[in-house]
Amino acid sequence: MTDRTPGFSTLSIHAGAQPDPATGARATPIYQTTSYVFDDADHAASLFGLQAFGNIYTRITNPTTAVLEERVAALEGGTAALAVASGHAAQLMVFHGLMQPGDEFVASTKLYGGSINQFGHSFENFGWNVKWADPDDISSFEKALSPKTKAIFIESIANPGGIVTDIAAIAAIARKARVPLIVDNTLASPYLCRPIEHGADIVVHSLTKFMGGHGNSMGGVIVDGGSFDWSADDRYPMLSKPRPEYNGMVLHETFGNFAFAIAMRALSLRDLGPVLSPFNSFMILTGIETLPLRMQRHCDNALAVASWLEKHPQVSWVSYAGLESSPSHELMKKYAPKGAGAVLTFGIKDGYDAGVKFVSNLQLLSHLANIGDTRSLVIHPASTTHRQLSDEQKVAAGAGPEVVRLSIGLEDVDDIIADIDQALTA
Amino acid sequence: MFHDQYSDATIRAILDEVKTIAIVGASANPVRPSFFVLKYLIDKGYTVFPVNPGQAGKEILGRPCFASLGEVPGPVDMVDIFRASEAVPAIVEEALGLAPLPKVIWTQLGVVHEAAAMRAEEAGMQVIMNRCPKIEYGRLSGEIGWTGVNSRTISSKRPAMRGGFQHRGLRK
Repeated sequence: MTDRTPGFSTLSIHAGAQPDPATGARATPIYQTTSYVFDDADHAASLFGLQAFGNIYTRITNPTTAVLEERVAALEGGTAALAVASGHAAQLMVFHGLMQPGDEFVASTKLYGGSINQFGHSFENFGWNVKWADPDDISSFEKALSPKTKAIFIESIANPGGIVTDIAAIAAIARKARVPLIVDNTLASPYLCRPIEHGADIVVHSLTKFMGGHGNSMGGVIVDGGSFDWSADDRYPMLSKPRPEYNGMVLHETFGNFAFAIAMRALSLRDLGPVLSPFNSFMILTGIETLPLRMQRHCDNALAVASWLEKHPQVSWVSYAGLESSPSHELMKKYAPKGAGAVLTFGIKDGYDAGVKFVSNLQLLSHLANIGDTRSLVIHPASTTHRQLSDEQKVAAGAGPEVVRLSIGLEDVDDIIADIDQALTA
Repeated sequence: MFHDQYSDATIRAILDEVKTIAIVGASANPVRPSFFVLKYLIDKGYTVFPVNPGQAGKEILGRPCFASLGEVPGPVDMVDIFRASEAVPAIVEEALGLAPLPKVIWTQLGVVHEAAAMRAEEAGMQVIMNRCPKIEYGRLSGEIGWTGVNSRTISSKRPAMRGGFQHRGLRK
């Protein structure tokens, strides 16, 4: 297909995946191997010196995982990607590449509860200090900046609140401060939103969710947008300074617009080690082939459920950017016009106890701590995912005591609604 | 030709047709990008001549290094320039003095000189600027995807193999 730019569905199936060169296998084989033979000593030296493309050890590259990486890079419009063991591992690695002890980064308060924990507590041990900003008040991001700021982190569609973040406005603040904008695009998936097109420099995902899509395999990914100038000053030494690990090589100079992905692989993944299993790569790749079909159905079902809930007497409010009543609806039309995703929250009348009872009454929806499955899922964040947050943090993250989060699956929407209806009224 | 908009077919044709490449600004330092490209192109079977006055008379990767393009023995199909943009016009003038004329003037990432490019094109040479032949070869062969890099190509054809799995040949 010379010089024709393939569409999203075509890329979802084909990007990165030629027939296997060794066997002609059309599906991507599972290369379940730890290591790879060298042709000779010179070949080994070239690989270790990053001078040749090729495989050494599955902690650094793997042919099955490489297909997944190229696939996601193509879908996000990035220059390169690196797949890792989980979304949390992806975040750890990105900040390992950007931060020195004592540095700061600015993060949205509207994040997945696990990220709030990771940033607010675990990262403290590394001397990486988070400053929180409220995406409903864009100026708070600017106010949180300091000379020590190395990055800004947001979610495109925020979990769990059904809130869409103004990516371009925050990208403008990041550009002015000359720091990269990192966007967690897990809830949207590149089918709904491609943050790099709106000014993001780095995109991360939990592949565990909509990309894999079947609730069977953990994974994470880091996508290099290729846009950030790492050498403009001395603030990103992993990219701009000679690396002693590679005999003084300067990664940005050597690898240009995919240098960040190489740094993530050759330094962060190599040395921290949260590698993705090739089997999981295969499962997630298989999921991605149907991403456009699944994601549209997720959105259509979620909008139907949200609209129905909005009229229910037991429901005090519904937060879903696909609803015209949502404060995020205008931003959704700009950033995710095909749909607002599968995840929505609603407030149940009578608060915490009613939330716990609703969840236990459900027969079709599964009570568990995940999103982005073919199955419809439910959780009461205040008693589970966001339990470790303070009451103020819970409210700020959209996880107050009356909040129920749904991740709407691909079942017949009438069956989903019927189950929610009986659970609300039982 | 409008530079910075090269079709994959254009790049593929160049990489398939040229056989001898002079690398102006080739480094003997194994962590420099120009050394990487030299080594990679040798591994892919091209005949490569390093050109660098500072290394003249010495060898890089077993290849004798020359002080100037004029000293390279035999015809040069492509001149790959690893120098600052302002050095490009003089290198193009030197290339114009070669007989036969090189088919291609190629400048590396970040190396751009429009006037020199026009001069080379008027003389009948093809010009590619602000690209890396290693990246382009790796991209068009699919090999660059082994490192998770977006090759921006898709194909339902089994990749050609050359010298075993680790050396994938160019996609035809």
